[in-house]
Amino acid sequence: MSTETRKTPERHIYLDHSATTPVRPEVLAAMLPYFGDKFGNASSVHRWGREARMAVEEAREKVASLIKADPREIIFTSGGTESDNLALRGVAWAYRSRGNHIITSAIEHHAVLHTCESLEKEGFRVTYLPCDRYGMIDPEEVKRAITKDTILISIMHGQNEVGTIEPIGEIGKLAKEHGIIFHSDAVQSAGKVPIDVNAMNVDLLTVSSHKIYGPKGVGALYVRKGTRLVPQATGGAHERGMRAGTENVPGIVGFGEACRLAEKELPEESKRLSALRDRLIRGILDKIPDSILNGHPTERLPHNVNVSIKYVEGESMLLNLDLLGVGASSGSACTSGSLEPSHVLLAMGVPHEVAHGSLRMTLGKSNTEADIDYVLEVLPPIVERLREMSVFGRGQKSKS
Amino acid sequence: MYNDKVMDHFFHPRNVGEIENPDGEGQVGNPVCGDVMRITLRIKDGRIEDIKFKTFGCGAAIATSSMVTEMVKGLTLEEAMKVSNKAVAEALGGLPPQKLHCSNLAADALHAAIQDYLRKTKKALEEDNATSLQ
Repeated sequence: MSTETRKTPERHIYLDHSATTPVRPEVLAAMLPYFGDKFGNASSVHRWGREARMAVEEAREKVASLIKADPREIIFTSGGTESDNLALRGVAWAYRSRGNHIITSAIEHHAVLHTCESLEKEGFRVTYLPCDRYGMIDPEEVKRAITKDTILISIMHGQNEVGTIEPIGEIGKLAKEHGIIFHSDAVQSAGKVPIDVNAMNVDLLTVSSHKIYGPKGVGALYVRKGTRLVPQATGGAHERGMRAGTENVPGIVGFGEACRLAEKELPEESKRLSALRDRLIRGILDKIPDSILNGHPTERLPHNVNVSIKYVEGESMLLNLDLLGVGASSGSACTSGSLEPSHVLLAMGVPHEVAHGSLRMTLGKSNTEADIDYVLEVLPPIVERLREMSVFGRGQKSKS
Repeated sequence: MYNDKVMDHFFHPRNVGEIENPDGEGQVGNPVCGDVMRITLRIKDGRIEDIKFKTFGCGAAIATSSMVTEMVKGLTLEEAMKVSNKAVAEALGGLPPQKLHCSNLAADALHAAIQDYLRKTKKALEEDNATSLQ
């Protein structure tokens, strides 16, 4: 029937690196021995156990180094979501006697937002701070929201949808001045922009492996010395008693190697990606009328492009791009799995119909200038075709 | 996510466009929800002689719009009124469950267009009667 629509395209351009990344060959090579020969349980006393323990501790040093932390402050988890859960619920439960107020923002990842909602059901009070039209949180707003009952502030570092880099250094300073614990979800920023947990006054920081060419199913929570947490998984005394469960040794080894490589390559790769990002943004805004950049124009993750294309819906753009070999994502309702478009775009004041037409393209190691130019070649005709079909914006044409 | 038939209608939609001075027109949906469909009709001797659609929406919204135009061309108005959203989804070989509500409104747009036609003709008829009574 329509086999031509399912043909394998000639090019494959992956532009969804904020969703996940491939495990890079160096990382896989580092991991492989720990599935086979070096299969020990890191808690065992014998040589097999010691071998695994050594590998876990080496990885811990590499993760710590990426964010300028002490290795003893790194807790390995199953990923970003678990780290966020452990940070929020762990602090809330540990400091309950001191207060019941938490400050976060409306544009956090659902791992934070839904955990906050669950804490509200337990009697905690949560302030969800607004952001400006660029997705930026104002530290002054944070300051105003602080009460004598505030025990925790959680504001993300790099916004996962629109790429805005939040002023977490300033927020960290405020938190420190008020003696409030500060958590930041750095899943999208770690390895992409420099992070220094001490300079930024962060007490808890979430990092994930599979966003930086490590394996899925592993992440970390940085926990500043002296910060108390109620563990969420109870059992053995793993991870300094903060997270029970036999360590995912191959995963942790891979994560460590991914961090080491990310740290080493960060200055150059960040520059390269920023240039590609700007080329793509400029190209879209130039070639497609009624297209808008979502997120901050300069305080932005080096790999994030997010635009809204008026009068067309996101999923229909994604399907067309996919047909031509381009993998992207959108904040439309149809792709968020709910009836509402992206909560982030709505919080930024983007109208519903414009949020439905959002397109996120997140760059990575495999992308070249030729990839960007290919997207800039195929996207305008897709938009033109969909606009001709659309109820809205009649007569709108793309400049060729 | 979508089957081949849905993808075929999405990538090669039938009857896209707008009939000029249509006999009936109907628009349903809401940009807030992300799906808006507009159907225009040409009616001749109580049958749908021509039908065109314009849709802002996702893959399912475009495919169901295309499908419904194909299903009802040539049908009497009575027959066309009996075509339901469910029948459109079935004719496409099914839609993903999350698409069965918001994006499956093509038959509603069709019905709105037919009702618009009926309203207009009734009004025209009444006006005719009014003129002849004078």
